Amino acid sequence: MITFLNHLINGISLGSIYAIIALGYTMVYGIAKMLNFAHGDVIMVGAYVCFFAVSSFGLHPVLGLVLAILICTLLGIVIEKLAYKPLRQATSLAVLITAIGVSYFLQNAAQLLWTSNPKMFPDLFGGAAIRLFDGRLTITVGTLVTIAACIIIMVVLTLFTGKTRMGKAMRACSEDKGAAQLMGINVNRTISVTFAIGSALAAIAGVLLCSAYPSLVPTTGSMPGIKAFTAAVFGGIGSIPGALIGGVLLGIIEIFAGAYISTQLSNAIVFLVLIVVLLVRPTGLLGKQIREKV
Amino acid sequence: MKKMFSNKKTLTNYITYAGVILLFVILQSMSAAGGLSSALKGQLVPVCAYVVMALSLNLTVGVLGELSLGHAGFMSVGAFAGAVAAAALKDVIPAGGLRLLVAMIVGALFAAIAGVIVGVPVLRLRGDYLAIVTLAFGEIIKSIVTNLYVGMDANGLHASFLNPTLHMEGGKIIINGPMGVSGIAKISSFLAGFLLIMVTLVIIFNLVNSRSGRAIMALRDNRIAAESVGINVTKYKLMAFVISAALAGAAGTLFAMGQNTVSASKFDFNTSILVLVFVVLGGLGRMWGSIIAAAALTVLPELLREFSEYRMLIYAIVLILVMLATNNPTFKNFFSKIFKRKGVKNHE
Repeated sequence: MITFLNHLINGISLGSIYAIIALGYTMVYGIAKMLNFAHGDVIMVGAYVCFFAVSSFGLHPVLGLVLAILICTLLGIVIEKLAYKPLRQATSLAVLITAIGVSYFLQNAAQLLWTSNPKMFPDLFGGAAIRLFDGRLTITVGTLVTIAACIIIMVVLTLFTGKTRMGKAMRACSEDKGAAQLMGINVNRTISVTFAIGSALAAIAGVLLCSAYPSLVPTTGSMPGIKAFTAAVFGGIGSIPGALIGGVLLGIIEIFAGAYISTQLSNAIVFLVLIVVLLVRPTGLLGKQIREKV
Repeated sequence: MKKMFSNKKTLTNYITYAGVILLFVILQSMSAAGGLSSALKGQLVPVCAYVVMALSLNLTVGVLGELSLGHAGFMSVGAFAGAVAAAALKDVIPAGGLRLLVAMIVGALFAAIAGVIVGVPVLRLRGDYLAIVTLAFGEIIKSIVTNLYVGMDANGLHASFLNPTLHMEGGKIIINGPMGVSGIAKISSFLAGFLLIMVTLVIIFNLVNSRSGRAIMALRDNRIAAESVGINVTKYKLMAFVISAALAGAAGTLFAMGQNTVSASKFDFNTSILVLVFVVLGGLGRMWGSIIAAAALTVLPELLREFSEYRMLIYAIVLILVMLATNNPTFKNFFSKIFKRKGVKNHE
C-alpha cells in the first residue's frame, strides 16, 4: 500500500511536469494550428540557463528560475518572429519541417556551447522531505513544489484566458483568425504572446524536470517533449484542462507501468494507452468533436 | 514515340528512370576508377536505402496525403527480419546477392504485416491525430525490437522477449536485445541498392497511374466526394499504407545488410523525421524530388565534414532557410519576378 502511494505520488509529480509542457503545446496548437516540435528544446535551454545561474554564478534558485523564464520567453518570441511568422500562409507541413529545423538548431547550438557531457543539475530544494507513516512514505519538497506549481499555473491560465482582454483575444484567434482580425484583434501580436507564454512555461518545466531527473544533456528535452505532446493529444489538443488531465494520467501510467509491468516497456505502454484512447475517442479525452459538413 | 510521351506525367516518369540509371552509371564508374573518397563510397548503400525510404514515405504523405511520423518503425522491422533471414539462410544460400534478395522479401513481408497491424486502427483517425498515433507506433516498435532476443542453433530459430536466455544448444545469437545485430556479413551493394530504387519506382509509378492510384489520390483531394462516388476508403488507404510499409521494410534490410552492426535505437523518431524532411523538401508526390533530396541531404553532412562540429548546426540553418525560401510569399514573389523577367527577355 505504501509503495503504491509512493508510485502514485511520483506519477502525479512527473505528470505535473508533463502537464506544464503539454500546456505550451496545446496553447500554441490551439492558436497557430502548428505542432511546435522545438518546444522540447526550449525546455532544455531553460534548464541550462538555470543550471549555470545557480552552479556557476551562485545565484539563488528562484533568481535562476526567473532568469530561465526571461531568456526562454525571449527565445520563444525570437523563434516565432524569425522562423514561424514568415510561414503564416504556408501549409502546416512546411511549418512542421521548419519547427524540426529549429529543434535541430537548438540541440546542436547547445551541444557546441555546453558540450554533450551530462551536467549534474543541483537539487534546488536542498533534499528536504516530509516523512509520513513512520518514515515509510517520503515526499520530497521538490515533488510538492512541482505539483503546486502545476495547479497554480493551471488556475492562472484558466483565469487569464477566461477573464483578460488578451486571453479573450487568444480564444477568438483560436476559433477563427479571420473573424478575429475583422473585430480589431491584432492576430500577430496574440500569436507572439502565446509563444511567449508557452516558452515561459517550458522554462519552468525544464527547471522542475531537471531537479527531479538531474542529468542534463542537449537532448534532455526531446523525450519529455514527445511525451508531453502525447499528453496534450491524449487530453484533447487545444484544451487547457485536457492538458492537465492528459499530463497527469500519462505520468501515472508511465510510473505504474515501469513499477508493476516492466521498466523497459514503460514507454511502449504509455503509447499503447494513447492509441487505445484515440481509437475510442478520436479527438482525445476533452477534445471538441468537430462535425463534418459537406 | 510521340504518343507514348503525350502525357506529361509519363514523360516525367521516364526522365526519373533515366536519371537514376545515369546517376548509377556515373557513380559506379567513378567508384571503380577510384574517383570517390572512401567516406563517400561507404555512403552509397545508406543513400540508396534512404532514397527508397523517402520514395515510400512520399507514397503515404504525398500520394495518400496522410502525415506519418513513424516510418522508421517499418524500416526497423524490415532491417531485423531481414537480418535474421540472412543469418539463418547463410548455409542454405551461399550466394550473397540471392540471399539479400530473399532477406529483402522477408523484410518487406514482415514490414507489410506491421503495416496492416498499424494501418487498420491508424487510418480511422484524421490529420494530426493520425500523425501522433504513427509516432506512437514507431516508438512501440522500437521498444519491442529493443527487447527482442533471437538466436539460432541446430534445432532452428529461438526467440524470446524481455528475457535474454534463449535455451539454445550451442548456436549463436542473432538479435541481442538493445545491442541489436552485430557481425553482419555485408551483402548489400550499390548495385542492389540501385535495383531496389528502380523496383520501387516501377511499383510507385504503376500504382499511381492505375485505377487504384487514382482512387487513392481522389481520397487525398476530397475524401467525402470520393466516398460518395463509391470509393472504398479503408481499402485504398490501407493499400497505399501497406505498400509504403513493405518498401520501407526492404529499404531497412538493404540498410542493415550494409552495416557492421545495427541496433533498434538507429530507427527512432529522429530517423522518421529525417525521412519526412527529405519528402517535404523534395516536394509532395514528386518522386524525383524525393530522390534528389534524400541523396543530397544524406551526403551533405559528409561533405560538411570540414566544418566538423558546426556541420549539424549548418544543416539546421540550411533546412530552415530552404523552408522559408520555398514557402514564404515574399520570397516566392521575389524569385518568380526574377524568372519572369528572364522569360520576357528571351521572348524579345
